[in-house]
Amino acid sequence: MIFNEIYSAYYNAVAKIITEIINEKTEEKDLNRIVCENAFGESSLTVLPSLKNEKWQLVRSDMTTPIVHKPTMPLTGTQKQWLKAISLDPRIQLFGAEINGLDDVEPLFTAADYVVYDRYSDGDPYEDEGYIARFRTILAALKEKQPLKIRAVNRKGRLISMTVMPVRLEYSEKDDKFRLLSTGCRYGRTVNLARMVSCEVGSASGFRPWPPAEPVKKSVTLRIRDERNTLERCMLHFAHFEKQAERIDKSHYTVRIQYSKDDETEMVIRILSFGPTVEVTEPDDFRNLITERLQRQKSCELS
Amino acid sequence: MSSYNELIKNFEKIRAYMREFYVYGFKSREEYDRKSARSYDDERRRMESWLGDHMSFVRTPEGKNTFISIDSRVSRHNPFYKAFKAKSFTDGDITLHFILFDILYSPEINLSLPEILERIDGYLSGFRHPMVFDESTVRKKLKEYIGQGMIDCEKVGRKMLYRRADDPKLPDITDALNFYSEGAPCGVIGSFLLDKEEDKPDYFSFKHHYITSAMDSSVLAMLFTAMRRKCVITVSNMSRRADEPRENRIIPLRIFISVQNGRQYLLAYQPDFDAVKSFRIDYLSDVRLLKPTPRFDELRAELDDMQTKMWGVTAGKNRRGKERIEHVEFTVRIGSGEEHIVRRLEREKRTGRVERLDEHTCRFTADVYDTGEMLPWIRTFICRITELHFSNRMVEKRFRRDLEEMYRMYGISEAEK
Repeated sequence: MIFNEIYSAYYNAVAKIITEIINEKTEEKDLNRIVCENAFGESSLTVLPSLKNEKWQLVRSDMTTPIVHKPTMPLTGTQKQWLKAISLDPRIQLFGAEINGLDDVEPLFTAADYVVYDRYSDGDPYEDEGYIARFRTILAALKEKQPLKIRAVNRKGRLISMTVMPVRLEYSEKDDKFRLLSTGCRYGRTVNLARMVSCEVGSASGFRPWPPAEPVKKSVTLRIRDERNTLERCMLHFAHFEKQAERIDKSHYTVRIQYSKDDETEMVIRILSFGPTVEVTEPDDFRNLITERLQRQKSCELS
Repeated sequence: MSSYNELIKNFEKIRAYMREFYVYGFKSREEYDRKSARSYDDERRRMESWLGDHMSFVRTPEGKNTFISIDSRVSRHNPFYKAFKAKSFTDGDITLHFILFDILYSPEINLSLPEILERIDGYLSGFRHPMVFDESTVRKKLKEYIGQGMIDCEKVGRKMLYRRADDPKLPDITDALNFYSEGAPCGVIGSFLLDKEEDKPDYFSFKHHYITSAMDSSVLAMLFTAMRRKCVITVSNMSRRADEPRENRIIPLRIFISVQNGRQYLLAYQPDFDAVKSFRIDYLSDVRLLKPTPRFDELRAELDDMQTKMWGVTAGKNRRGKERIEHVEFTVRIGSGEEHIVRRLEREKRTGRVERLDEHTCRFTADVYDTGEMLPWIRTFICRITELHFSNRMVEKRFRRDLEEMYRMYGISEAEK
């Protein structure tokens, strides 16, 4: 259904090569670049040679092609079904692009077919017209590389104003929220879209963009005791981070995880959630964060 | 001995390797004992070819370990999708593909099989050793594309005419595709659509983004199809408790996706046990659709009802249809300036209830099938839990024993004996 050669990187590369040849562009280095951009690391050993030696009879030895039209492929039923499914998602309105012409198509899935059972319940208001308008303004500013004048309510409930250069929109699947990542303002590096009260394109003249602040990376090393399937749970839980694991003995492992300093509190509670089968071994300052929480828990005199 | 090929015929084999390399990544070559060393080398080389910089190596006393390390917050597009774009094909497949869609380049062109065959010969006549496609091969390929929804056929008189299927008129949906190819189930299909677009900048990134599930996209798509058709299925389940996969005959009811632990489950009715059970999707393979069942709507309605008593994926009714509900309640201390803890409880409570007892105390209560599933979440409140009661004494005992062990582990003095 999904694993099919019609979606293959080789087919895509060949379609683009044929297009170039139809346009009488037959420089080998350009055709090889297409292979590198559209296929895999070792594909150049196969794709062009297979065309040139007429194994795939689409390009003749004189670098002409019998193909007359720029290669195109109709959408497959699966692609239409997936498009229909996303057209039913409330977030589709954010993009202002109505997907029509699929009236007779059954969606691949609907909201009734799956549930994200541990997503936080205070996600963004995707059907709010003001929210949609602000989202589109941000997307347009990103494309045009224009600064944004934003008024937003901060964590303390105060209204703040800022002018920022948008860098990208980050979506958190757990929080079900969009955040604008930006530069140019000391408190504007990350702004939750749902906290924005207004957002409009500002004037680029006079705006002095700051260099983008790279997130401060930190690392934490965990010692995993593989009981209650902890190894599998822990490695999968932290799978979306850069990490490196090592076996100590038959039932103990270490894993070093890179995380962003801004997410330190979240990392602390995620590690705590594993209980005694996962222990922070270094650095000391991170270990102390866990110890301090345990000390405070001890003082609660849990009944 | 077959020579190495960057492309693959069987996805299941690479699915298992990618998972090992990405999720674990501490095994040396010698430990992949289920496959031959040759097979290991080939799969590793393929992944290097597909994933490039994401592949890393480390030397340990046990040997060289290969692992995949990806910060999914930085990587804009799921690199694992590349595996789905590496399906092998024959020389005839690719030749016929481009020629057929060039012949049928517009939906207005209707041609019979003999007409198509004649034109194919014309395309190939300029080659030194032209391929020959017989009628049966071309008919089979057309049938395959009809099944994929790319070709339509219609009988006119005695003749079967073939034409390219109509495409919907789509506006520019690149932004939506960039978002949904990462954020929607079976996002790899969006990635296939993006491959056909001209390169355009992408303005999205993703946090808390479990890219591992990409490897299960084929299974997931089949399960969705089965649910849309209300079908019974058979599926092979490789449980971690068993050595061999077991075939299950089940009615799939709903997919449960976690955005906190990276797992995806199928909740399905299992007639043999007369119960709704959860199955890890990464352990499933070889989904086969059987007949539609009239019981689907009734069973899904039953699952809807169960979901009001589920914390995670445990749906609890025994064979006699009786439910066993467990109760949990705990109170947390809210310090001055810690209103965010109340908000946390509210947004994370799922089927539970939150009560404000006084300015500095909140109580959480829940009645669910399996309070054991709640332990990891309750532990995230360590530092402020003042009271805790489980109706399941075993679960409570485990929580308290674990806490004591953590005190010892981190050298909290009073806990030391």
